Amino acid sequence: MIGQGLVKEFERILGKENVFRDEADRLTYSYDAAVLEPVLPSIVLRPLSSEALSYILRLCNENALPLTARGAGTNLSGGAIPKENGVVVLTNAMNKILEINEEDMYAVVQPGVVTARLAAAVEAKGLFYPPDPGSQAVSTLGGNVAENAGGLRGLKYGVTRDYVMGLSFFDASGGTVKTGSRTVKCVTGYNLSGLLVGSEGTLGVFDEIILRLIPIPASRKAMMAVFDDVSGASETVAAIIANRIVPATLEFMDNFTIRAVEDYSHAGLPTDAAALLLIEVDGYPAQVEEEAAKVELLCRQMGAMYVRVARDAAERDKVWEARRAALSALAKLRPTVVLEDATVPRSKIPAMIRALENISRDFNLTIGTFGHAGDGNLHPTILTDRRNKEEWERVEAAIEAIFDRALELGGTLSGEHGIGTAKSRFLEKETSRATIVYSRRIKAALDPKNILNPGKIIGA
Amino acid sequence: MSDMKKLARLLRELEEQLMACMRCGLCQSVCPLFAETGRESDVARGKLALLDGLLQGMFKDPGGVNERLMRCLLCGSCAANCPSGVKVLDIFIKARAILGGYMGLHPLKQALFRGLLAHPVLFDRLLEWGAAIQGIFIKPADDLLGTSCGRTRYPFSDRHIKALAPVAFHTMAAGLDTRPGASNIKVGFFVGCLVDKVFPEIGKAVLRSLDHHGVGVFIPRELGCCGIPALASGDAGTFNALMRHNLAKLASKPFDYLVTACATCTSTIKKIWPMMATFGLSPGEHAQILSLADRTMDIARFLTEIAGATGRKELGGIDGRAILTYHDPCHLKKSLGVAAQPRTLIRTNPRYQFREMAEADRCCGCGGSFNLQHYELSASIGKRKRDNIVQSQCSVVATGCPACMLQISDMLSRAGDRIEVKHVIEIYAESLAESGRQSE
Repeated sequence: MIGQGLVKEFERILGKENVFRDEADRLTYSYDAAVLEPVLPSIVLRPLSSEALSYILRLCNENALPLTARGAGTNLSGGAIPKENGVVVLTNAMNKILEINEEDMYAVVQPGVVTARLAAAVEAKGLFYPPDPGSQAVSTLGGNVAENAGGLRGLKYGVTRDYVMGLSFFDASGGTVKTGSRTVKCVTGYNLSGLLVGSEGTLGVFDEIILRLIPIPASRKAMMAVFDDVSGASETVAAIIANRIVPATLEFMDNFTIRAVEDYSHAGLPTDAAALLLIEVDGYPAQVEEEAAKVELLCRQMGAMYVRVARDAAERDKVWEARRAALSALAKLRPTVVLEDATVPRSKIPAMIRALENISRDFNLTIGTFGHAGDGNLHPTILTDRRNKEEWERVEAAIEAIFDRALELGGTLSGEHGIGTAKSRFLEKETSRATIVYSRRIKAALDPKNILNPGKIIGA
Repeated sequence: MSDMKKLARLLRELEEQLMACMRCGLCQSVCPLFAETGRESDVARGKLALLDGLLQGMFKDPGGVNERLMRCLLCGSCAANCPSGVKVLDIFIKARAILGGYMGLHPLKQALFRGLLAHPVLFDRLLEWGAAIQGIFIKPADDLLGTSCGRTRYPFSDRHIKALAPVAFHTMAAGLDTRPGASNIKVGFFVGCLVDKVFPEIGKAVLRSLDHHGVGVFIPRELGCCGIPALASGDAGTFNALMRHNLAKLASKPFDYLVTACATCTSTIKKIWPMMATFGLSPGEHAQILSLADRTMDIARFLTEIAGATGRKELGGIDGRAILTYHDPCHLKKSLGVAAQPRTLIRTNPRYQFREMAEADRCCGCGGSFNLQHYELSASIGKRKRDNIVQSQCSVVATGCPACMLQISDMLSRAGDRIEVKHVIEIYAESLAESGRQSE
């Protein structure tokens, strides 16, 4: 437990209103969006300034208090769940967009800025910040960088990692570490951004983030291709890429998901279709027209029952509304939703989809599959009720089977949701014992008292 | 059985609904209170986790949960945007009733609800006296808005309030019972406390509009409050008493529809009466409530969908007419999906050019008793609404809920903006007065 003196010091630095000690308040920071048991922190702190954040780290380190930074708490692998009796540090009061530089096309933000807010602010200036995780309406950029968040546009535009130009962060003892710069090229010092991006709060706490921006595409075109068998859809994905077309988004939806969305939103989806592809190309108008025509032709050649091309913005919105409704529609069917994100090389998508069908049958579970087919990142979504012990054991076994299949296909445990505590015990399966030892040595060297989000990624 | 176990048993009935929350946290993007404070216990996910924690016996602080549960506008923005379809308002209202019953009400609220609100005749009488003597305590603040402020800071704080009307609507209209005209439709009119005691002109505009469309009206004597202030404070007893009282009054004459000019009354009768009628009412009363709820409508929806009021095609461009904007009450748009109908009614009035404000459906921050208990927060949420109204460059802001009208009047009056606040039905009735009675 935390001593009275330390609590007083936190209150002095942050103001009483930014130090939460009541059990009821602490309970609301004991979970994130992962299906895991909540863990109660002993105190929750909300710094308003960089200086306060640095000082908190110093105090926690001196007192060997485990600390978990928290943005919007939307993580799907337990990254924002604190250590028992640990400290939660909220970043949502450090939410300033410090700079949007149009000439040099970058933005500097504090970690608590909400992703969608930055996206809208740069779009108003004709610029584009592409990473769009499903939680972007609430997720913070600090969390996005810490988890290397992805989204729908990964195929063409990459993920958060591809937009981090530089970082300023605090180490375990509160010291300021700087890496990268506002320049396109920078080879000054170790590439610490590469280490920190996706480190899930285990190596430092961000203070400022420099993000790359690009010009916003002038034109977009969306379409929906309907298939009467799943392999037709998944092979079309491979064919589009093989023809050297890189759509901005290339999303897949299986029959179960289609029916769930249609029951829920009555958007007019073909409930008899085995699978849907939702495709958007973007760029210069002429290029968009040409690529859209090519994609449409490819879909037909690959056996699509029909292809519906959005003629205007309203029809385009309708296409994406169906995709956005996928998780909601599935979530409404059962009390517990387990959203997985095992990812395979995209040429292995047909094999992965077949594997998921088998797993669903073998474990007698309802699995709806949708997701980012274009980058191999599917979201098999298991619908269950975690209160049913017997079924929950089957769910856990099925998750392990999904991991095994993805790894056999040359894939990875997690495309974008992170390892956290949910998947840390599987890490060695994908990597090696030596990888974990190596990572733990880095962690031990940089955080000798193991205060920074302990237990995440590498366990212990 | 220990008290905590008893509480858990009562909360058990919420379990299925609580399970539906998958902790995705998307409610953070729409909660007006969370936008101000950034505190998880202020947003739906946090409150649902607290109720779940009590239910699972994870911790034992029902007082702490109740206190946080009361910090909520009940605007329903979270429920309207919830990916899992969690019935957040149903849960919060039931939980307030359960915790209110378990913890006991604050003595002041107990006196107010059980001693006063539950007795409509006494309540009416007392406020008549209040209307006569209020000048001792308040003085006029803004002539255009008709607001007043306290002569002393206590108990009004910095509020600019709407004074009680000198003559309440019920003294003019209670007992009214007219035959249907050309429309062959008859409605009951549920007046509601604020229209009755603060905005009788809204009641008059409703009558004028119904008359114009040849609709017969019945206004029972001694109608009471819809009950939501009591229930929102956790007093299910007073709520049920009022529901029963009103049901008996309304059942005394037949009518086709029940209309109101108050978004909150409409959504309470339509959604919360049926939900609460399963507790302690007879099967017969329950069936009556369901039938009544089915036929209950906001006045704008009734006039456009049933009585056949139609809007004009808007002239384009800037044309020198006064600009009018519209605020969506949460209890109309988010609870009942009524958003197009009031806009149609507004457009019938040729005196105004209609212009949407930014974030027209963002909560004004009133939240009923939330305003009384958390005025600073309420005002800071209201400030954003005020800024959006001012930026529309309107000279009139219309809305469909007298509670929103109080809050918006307070915000505009305190800022010294010269913008009138009117009910949609007043704008419509005004257009009828100008065009004269149509021949239809």
